[in-house]
Amino acid sequence: MAEPARSNTIENVLDGLNPESVKTEMLSRYPTKVARKRAKQVVVNRIGPDGEVPVIGSNIRTVPGLIGQRGCCYAGCKGVVLGPTRDIVNITHGPIGCGFYSWLTRRNQTDADASTDGHNFMPYCFSTDMQDEEIIFGGEKKLREAIQEAYDNFTPKAIAVFATCPVGLIGDDVHAVCREMKDKLGINVFGFSCEGYKGVSQSAGHHIANNQIFKHVVGLDDTVQQGDYKINLLGEYNIGGDAFEIERIFEKCGITLVATYSGNSSIDQFANSHTADLNLIMCHRSINYVAEMMEKKYGLPWIKVNFIGARATAESLRKIARYFEDPALIERVEAVIAEEMPAVEAVRSETLPRTEGKRAMLFVGGSRAHHYQELFRELGMKVLSAGYEFAHRDDYEGRRVLPSIKVDADSRNIEELEVEQDPTRYRPRKSPDKIKQLTEAGLPFSEYEGMMPEMPDGTLVIDDISQHESDIMIETFKPDIFCAGIKEKYAVQKQGIPMKQLHSYDYGGPYAGFRGAMNFYREIDRMVNSRVWNYLKAPWQESPELAATYAWD
Amino acid sequence: MLLRHTTETIRERKALTVNPAKTCQPIGAMYAALGIHGCLPHSHGSQGCYAYHRSTLTRHYKEPVMAATSAFTEGASVFGGQANLLQAIDNIFTVYDPEVIAVHTTCLSETIGDDIPQIIGKAKADGKIPDGKYVIHTNTPSYVGSHVTGFANMTKSMVDYFAEPSIPRGKQINLIPGFVEPADMEEIKRITSVMGIETILFPDTARVLNGPMTGTYRMYPEGGVTIEELKRTGGGMATVALGQAASGAAARALDVKCKTPCHILDLPIGLHATDRFVDTLRRVAGVNVPECLEFERGQLLDVIADMHQYFHGKRVGLVGDPDQLLALTRFLVSIDMHPVYLVTGTPAGKKFKSALREAVKDVPAEVKIQVPGDMFLFHQWIKQQPVDLLIGNTYLKYIARDEDIPFIRHGFPILDRVGHSYFPTLGYRGGMRLLEKFLDALLDRKDRDSTESGFELVM
Repeated sequence: MAEPARSNTIENVLDGLNPESVKTEMLSRYPTKVARKRAKQVVVNRIGPDGEVPVIGSNIRTVPGLIGQRGCCYAGCKGVVLGPTRDIVNITHGPIGCGFYSWLTRRNQTDADASTDGHNFMPYCFSTDMQDEEIIFGGEKKLREAIQEAYDNFTPKAIAVFATCPVGLIGDDVHAVCREMKDKLGINVFGFSCEGYKGVSQSAGHHIANNQIFKHVVGLDDTVQQGDYKINLLGEYNIGGDAFEIERIFEKCGITLVATYSGNSSIDQFANSHTADLNLIMCHRSINYVAEMMEKKYGLPWIKVNFIGARATAESLRKIARYFEDPALIERVEAVIAEEMPAVEAVRSETLPRTEGKRAMLFVGGSRAHHYQELFRELGMKVLSAGYEFAHRDDYEGRRVLPSIKVDADSRNIEELEVEQDPTRYRPRKSPDKIKQLTEAGLPFSEYEGMMPEMPDGTLVIDDISQHESDIMIETFKPDIFCAGIKEKYAVQKQGIPMKQLHSYDYGGPYAGFRGAMNFYREIDRMVNSRVWNYLKAPWQESPELAATYAWD
Repeated sequence: MLLRHTTETIRERKALTVNPAKTCQPIGAMYAALGIHGCLPHSHGSQGCYAYHRSTLTRHYKEPVMAATSAFTEGASVFGGQANLLQAIDNIFTVYDPEVIAVHTTCLSETIGDDIPQIIGKAKADGKIPDGKYVIHTNTPSYVGSHVTGFANMTKSMVDYFAEPSIPRGKQINLIPGFVEPADMEEIKRITSVMGIETILFPDTARVLNGPMTGTYRMYPEGGVTIEELKRTGGGMATVALGQAASGAAARALDVKCKTPCHILDLPIGLHATDRFVDTLRRVAGVNVPECLEFERGQLLDVIADMHQYFHGKRVGLVGDPDQLLALTRFLVSIDMHPVYLVTGTPAGKKFKSALREAVKDVPAEVKIQVPGDMFLFHQWIKQQPVDLLIGNTYLKYIARDEDIPFIRHGFPILDRVGHSYFPTLGYRGGMRLLEKFLDALLDRKDRDSTESGFELVM
């Protein structure tokens, strides 16, 4: 697949419109203070000579009343990171809603029969269903009983407890209850203080999830698995079967997957994941903390990969092969790519004539708005504007800006674990010299360049986009496709513009890997070329003039 | 197996809810508020609440569901949410220009004790509420009741804020439809309209959450009860409220506040409940029942009689909200089906439980009732002794598949099918639609399971 040409002239990037005036128009409706705040989060992209990009405000509070996409800390912790693990009984400690809404709604697929014990608690919702008496007198007693009942009914190997807003406010100590029940039951029981009000978005919940999994699970099992080229895949949640496709490719390449965080995962895999030799990061935002901590404590380095897009998949496989420096693996990876690509290329060249030149916008997540631009490029489509829902500056501008990110009060409240080298188990997988040598040869470690350096000059990058702003974007540009989540979907489609959900994939997928790319090409082709968008006008609305009178003259 | 850890051995649970048959109050308040024309619901809590509620309502209706949030952070949770709500009110009126903002609370703001009327008063004093616009509120602590309670509370708040006593009374009858589909609200209005009765229906989500695709997006669709109408409810001739759990509070509040006499009925599901609804309307309004309704009634009865053999003796398991559960149970009993397992997650009280018990007293089978209960227990009952048909929200499909039982989606939420927002299940016609669904499910199963020699062409 040839590298598609990237347009870099501002004039043809935004349909000839001046991005600054689009921005001004968008913010003009806001009260002055709000406009000033949002102006920092709506940025016209410019790539400097060293690849540096403008500063974008992100990971900051949403303005009350603006109507946005974000969810809460609990959603990021229980829903996103821990949700896809099948064999933990996840108890939501709080009123019923939080547990109910996060029950099966994220489409994390799992292969329960892959574990010997066959445990799968994902189709279940467990909650303490707090009532007003617990709000008044405290909920620890009920939580203790609930953990006991979960054990009596389900005999799981692990139970996790997730705190919701009122739990933090009334001061229930979920961690103390978990410790007590862990001692009593003899299984792993641990808690997450992921109250919804913490942080400014789901992102705080990801961090808390990372911390607790690292603290309570990683490193519990030192068994070194059989197999060559042992890796962990981090930040892949198996929406619509993405992880299954990536697993298929790894297996074909002879790469041993120790653990995925956390698509199609078992808690046993987390416990053992420190024995792998390389961490691969898909979604940098939600999972980089675990990778950083594992490197510090156990010595396995991490690299950024992306399995969204056929070319990106091939590149990611090549990176892995280069890391292991084994000619046999390098050869095998090339053979797999050569075997997979013709089918991909066939679908791509078949769809390309119908998708080329179409215009897309993506406002989603903390990595998807970046990753999916790969697939749109492969379809010959232009991305006019993109933005994340809950990402931080490093996800936009690259990790090079990490030292300059100011930690505000909302982030300071999220615990940073103090991690040290493990006295016996720390084992650097590569010497500093080797790391340097590989980096110079084009394999950067602990590096993510972010979304903006890959977007053309003049495109609009919008963080935490509001309903008003997306309305203006749609009205101004009438894009051929708009990508976001379920809450945005139908307002967009009412306007006759197809809207692709990039959280749930509209119940389709997988879109990762080679087969996923083919699925995505076909799906976008279906959407941007569908006839249904042309049916908006009835014949009498198209031509209202009367051709004859009802009664004969 | 999807629910592979569910066994028939029932161990008593007091603290752990597994697979709930309810959700929390605020989502019901949000749904009710969407039934006011030009209203933007507002969640006074952290962002997760409104994100979850909007997502769930959107998945159920496949329609835009707009709402705003106070976006609490840790600071707001410590110092109170007043600053957030004031800022939200200002931004909402400036940017989104609704007629009314309907604020509901959450477990967060209830636990810290934010005083919403005081905050609204301050917004007004600060000039943040434009002339002719309104901010109303209801208290919906998530740790009390369920989504049905939240709906009831927001509906009652419409009365508290807007209803104005008026003498002499007007001719219209107030109708409170309950936590039902937009299509059901439309059907109720159709029935009253063919009876020639002037009505004000509130809340009214018809033409709000089942709107057309026109090429333009309207943040405030054409449907919904207007503020003007809500004010006039106080001068209504009477109030007919459907469903004790969802509509009782508002009906009684209107009675207390404006002396508008109220009649609280079952949801008109099936023949008898619809009869009582139509008859009540007839008496209260002093009109005759038109021939077209009698015709529809006859059609419903015709289907019941013609297909009675397929209903008779069928064991049914139902999970639903109290008003739906009671009305459906009575309907099933009336056509000689056997509703044997009845669960609602809503803590609907002893009276409700005895009403359910009374409704099934003639069913010649053991009937298990759990109020409040969960779907895990319901599934355990099925493991002990199966049923022929399941009725409930989408989550029941996991049980339906594991146990290979025909399943009809009814209630909230329905996340995987369309139709509920367009086609009613209330009234005589709604009854016919329900029967069609029962028969489709039962007869498809019969066709699938019959032997080749016993396979029937005509049924």
